[in-house]
Amino acid sequence: MSSVMDRRLAVAKLLDSRNDALVITGLGSPSYDVHAHSDADNNYYLWGAMGGAALTGLGLAQAQPGKRVMVITGDGEMLMAFGALATIAVARPTNLDIIVLDNQHFGETGMQNSHTGMGIDIAKVANATGFDATDTLTTLDEVDELCGKLALPASGPRLFVLKIEAKNLPRSLPPRDATYIKTRFRGFLGLQPC
Amino acid sequence: MKEPEVSVQNLNWPTALYETLKAANVQHMAYVPDAGHTELINLLNNDAQVITNVLTTEEEGIAIATGTWLGGLRSVVLMQSSGVGNCINMLSLPVQSRTPLLMLVTMRGEWNEFNPWQVPMGKATQASLEAIGVTVLRAETPQDIVEITEQAITMAFEADGQIAVLLSQRLLGKKTW
Repeated sequence: MSSVMDRRLAVAKLLDSRNDALVITGLGSPSYDVHAHSDADNNYYLWGAMGGAALTGLGLAQAQPGKRVMVITGDGEMLMAFGALATIAVARPTNLDIIVLDNQHFGETGMQNSHTGMGIDIAKVANATGFDATDTLTTLDEVDELCGKLALPASGPRLFVLKIEAKNLPRSLPPRDATYIKTRFRGFLGLQPC
Repeated sequence: MKEPEVSVQNLNWPTALYETLKAANVQHMAYVPDAGHTELINLLNNDAQVITNVLTTEEEGIAIATGTWLGGLRSVVLMQSSGVGNCINMLSLPVQSRTPLLMLVTMRGEWNEFNPWQVPMGKATQASLEAIGVTVLRAETPQDIVEITEQAITMAFEADGQIAVLLSQRLLGKKTW
């Protein structure tokens, strides 16, 4: 499958239509992509804990059932948490959307090929576990359609793979102080620091 | 801290632990099952006020608990000592973000253990948790469990601590084969 989408343009479309969605980003380029568009109090950026993005999203979605949670992560990060797809499917939150930015490579570490370039289809795996909606998108026009779809209520978790260009763009670094990001994010929800 | 009202000998500690968690407003639980946790898992799974997640591997619970706190809910993560080994890198998330974390870990490999495969991780459990920055407390008696968990709850949710309570295998009894 050709990977032609510009990741920053795709992420910009998702964030332009986020409304008040709470956003969790997987370590590496997804965190940079979201930060490059706009820093926001309701962004929670991971700088580590590979494999934790979708599950942090699950915990948040369960704690805030009235708000939409959007996880934006990469293929390598999602591959490390394949079991999470089963856990999320069984938990069945209706307010959790997972966006996998799939360049079929481990981009942060030297562009080694990842499993998704060798036949593994994350959307099919999510579908097999029982996600409510899954798809693989290859064009920005399809992302526009997806933004409309994401605005509609869901009856279970949704996962969408966006095939993007395998290119390391200039980094846009979000704050690395994890307590600051936590406290700022909780403040957005009206929650107090310790 | 108030004394438990039931006698130590007759204390049904899983029920006491459940009541302690409920009194502290813990509304979420994530788990990989362990025989020693059976009763507590059942009590929490049957409580409509508690959201529960069964996990495929223990580190999932660490990330989920971080997310629930981000959203304002208190979580407890239940696992066996062997599962602690699966959690180490994911524990950097609550440790680095100073996010409250309460783990209740049933021990294997340390007392009357029949299965030698349980011994290496049993020996490494406390050292591994401390190495990544988690505070470890051990409960050796039913009374210990309640008192230690009560104060672990304070340390976790009021002092932004990452706390593991280890429930000793001597307390849990020998697994019958």
